[in-house]
Amino acid sequence: MINAILIFNNHGKPRLIRFYQYFAEELQQQIIRETFHLVSKRDDNVCNFLEGGSLIGGSDYKLIYRHYATLYFVFCVDSSESELGILDLIQVFVETLDKCFENVCELDLIFHMDKVHYILQEVVMGGMVLETNMNEIVAQVELQNRMEKSEGGLSAAPARAVSAVKNMNLPEMPRNINIGDLNIKVPSLSPF
Amino acid sequence: MSPSVRLQEMIRVIRSARTQGEERGVIQRECAAIRAQFRQADNGGRSHNLAKLLYVHMLGYPAHFGQMECVRLIASPRYNEKRVGYLGAMMLLDENQDASLLITNSIKNDLAHSSQYVQSLALCTLACMGSAEMCRDLAPEIDRLLRASSSYIKKKATLCAVHIVRKVPELGELFTPAARALLAEKNHGVLHGAVILITELCERNAQTLVQFREAVPELVHIMRGLVTSGYSPEHTVAGISDPFLQVRILRLLRILGRNNDTASDAMNDLLAQVATNTDSSKTAGSAVLYETVLTVMDIKSESGLRVLAVNILGRFLLNNDRNIRYISMTSLQKIVSTDHNAVQRHRGTIVDCLKDQDASVKRRALELSLALVSAINIRSMMKELLLFLSTCPPELKSHAASVTVIPLRQAGADVRDETVPNLIQLITNASQLHCYTVHKLYRALVADISQQPLVQVACWCIGEYGDSLLQGDCEETEPIQVTEDDILDALETVLQSHMSSPATRGFALTATMKLSTRITENVDRIRSIVSIYGSCMDVELQQRAVEYNALFKKYDHMRAAVLEKMPVMDRSSMGQTNGESGGGGVQELEPTKPKQPEMMVAPQPASQVGGGEGGGGHGF
Repeated sequence: MINAILIFNNHGKPRLIRFYQYFAEELQQQIIRETFHLVSKRDDNVCNFLEGGSLIGGSDYKLIYRHYATLYFVFCVDSSESELGILDLIQVFVETLDKCFENVCELDLIFHMDKVHYILQEVVMGGMVLETNMNEIVAQVELQNRMEKSEGGLSAAPARAVSAVKNMNLPEMPRNINIGDLNIKVPSLSPF
Repeated sequence: MSPSVRLQEMIRVIRSARTQGEERGVIQRECAAIRAQFRQADNGGRSHNLAKLLYVHMLGYPAHFGQMECVRLIASPRYNEKRVGYLGAMMLLDENQDASLLITNSIKNDLAHSSQYVQSLALCTLACMGSAEMCRDLAPEIDRLLRASSSYIKKKATLCAVHIVRKVPELGELFTPAARALLAEKNHGVLHGAVILITELCERNAQTLVQFREAVPELVHIMRGLVTSGYSPEHTVAGISDPFLQVRILRLLRILGRNNDTASDAMNDLLAQVATNTDSSKTAGSAVLYETVLTVMDIKSESGLRVLAVNILGRFLLNNDRNIRYISMTSLQKIVSTDHNAVQRHRGTIVDCLKDQDASVKRRALELSLALVSAINIRSMMKELLLFLSTCPPELKSHAASVTVIPLRQAGADVRDETVPNLIQLITNASQLHCYTVHKLYRALVADISQQPLVQVACWCIGEYGDSLLQGDCEETEPIQVTEDDILDALETVLQSHMSSPATRGFALTATMKLSTRITENVDRIRSIVSIYGSCMDVELQQRAVEYNALFKKYDHMRAAVLEKMPVMDRSSMGQTNGESGGGGVQELEPTKPKQPEMMVAPQPASQVGGGEGGGGHGF
């Protein structure tokens, strides 16, 4: 089981935090600080697995992390997950973010935190790996975004739209338009 | 009412704050505005406000006032608002809060919604924070969704079922038939979830495990399909077809094949095929190979296959990629208890890894080395381990105490003489570990007093750090209640046992004496012990006892000063050991005055009987 997924930058500022086990807010921040402290000390050429944090999960867990440019992606897992598998999963997640945001960078994660959460929800659910096929994940995210957009348009300001039309000042329309031979009768329109 | 500021605007404002104080001010203003807007009735920006609150929550600011808003948003008919509401519920609520009960009804309704995306939101939230009551309420719904037509929903429902089984294990029986049926799915996502569900069910219930053993041929068939299939763009990662699913199935096969011959037989061919055909040049292939190796070692496989498996691990131990070396050591750790000899073959490489730069690799190597210590290799292992201890990073020092106890226990008498003082010196250097060390050594002493080096080190530590032992609590180990009587009993047992060598007795007597300044109540008992040995047959012991008696009687005012804690020993002073009584660092003493505590090493007390140096020669 994955206990937590943390993304923070090189200075320890959190960009996304997701815990799959309940921790009080203070403890959450402590965990982030401790994890940053452990992970930032690592060289670039050592292995991607870390043990030794004490706040989550007791002795059965480890931190699996990957460092991309300015961001650390850290997954805290217990022994029921395959370590190399999680490494690959981090890669899948990052590639998915890349596809959804087009050349994703740290600013995208900062300003679209909610979207990143929705994408993550398609990859990991309840601490378990849900889907690993990148195309499938991206397709589902697209469909959900479309649903959100369609709703947004209709319900943006329906009241205002109705009242605006009501107040529209239509000029008086002639009853009969006489253009030579043609005789067009304009039906009378009820006011709306 | 001012128009609600969007999430991005707020983030921009927060980021532009130049100091922590400024940021706090901005966030407090925003939170106040959000709180005010929550109190108002319907307004268009509800989802924006909750999103802003979640951002602020991520930065560490309190957000509990948003809990009721989450409940309200979840009940909204609009997808936008539901989405943020559910996200808020997963981040802010948990089963301990009352608000979480209020969303049970909404989840129930949404599970039956016409849109599969709304259903998926409900499933996701239930899987993340569903309490036991919610799970019990909604389990039949989940069971229905396990048979839904959409694979998207089925996939999510299976993981939701896993969560339910974890919270309420009795419901496992409800999901068993559906889980079995899901093995026939073609969609990899659903299959993956189904294997996780079956694994969870089998781990919790032995009868379910027996039931699912019948599914082994089906699982083997699926695996074979994955291994032999050609390239499929959807699932292939680095040339391996859906490695995630392969790893899951291998794990399940391990559980099903354990201690069962028929199941193990059915898997043998498949495992051999996977082990030989998988390309391990990339991480994906390595992951599959490791699972295969662990499965082979855990089930009742034939010996040829086991040899193949250990060889694969050995090969990976030499790999350049540190990740793979780390993983191979983790795997070796799992099999060292069952296949000890096979792992011993790789001892050299493992001990070399103790010198690796990477702290994680070092840690793994240390644990594995400790497991490999045996009577035969104790000498070389101790040398390596002590070298490691002196240079190891601080976070691994907590393992240091294990390093002292375990090899000593194994070694028996076969430890070189310098080892005891070397160890003692290392222990004094690791000052933050004194408490932990003395606890561990006390426990070891109580369990077994036959191993002389261990008993000597234990006595020395108890004498020095007896006060921390009496305090009882120590972070790194479970607290035990040790009374002064207990400690004195232990030391007396050592003194009286026929298994104790004269040197060990000397350690024990000195430790008893030292405790007279560390404990408060039983000083009389110590006095009586010491005076008994004043007429002991062993001359060395007799001399010590007489001198300690003198410390009690004539020089009682100096006793505290004489017996205070030892200073940290300098490495160089340890160089002169055997045979020399007054090596570097040891102060020259006048024979008549009571002796100051000094640094003395290799006790060969028998050779220093009587005379001027006698007293100084053994003072610890």
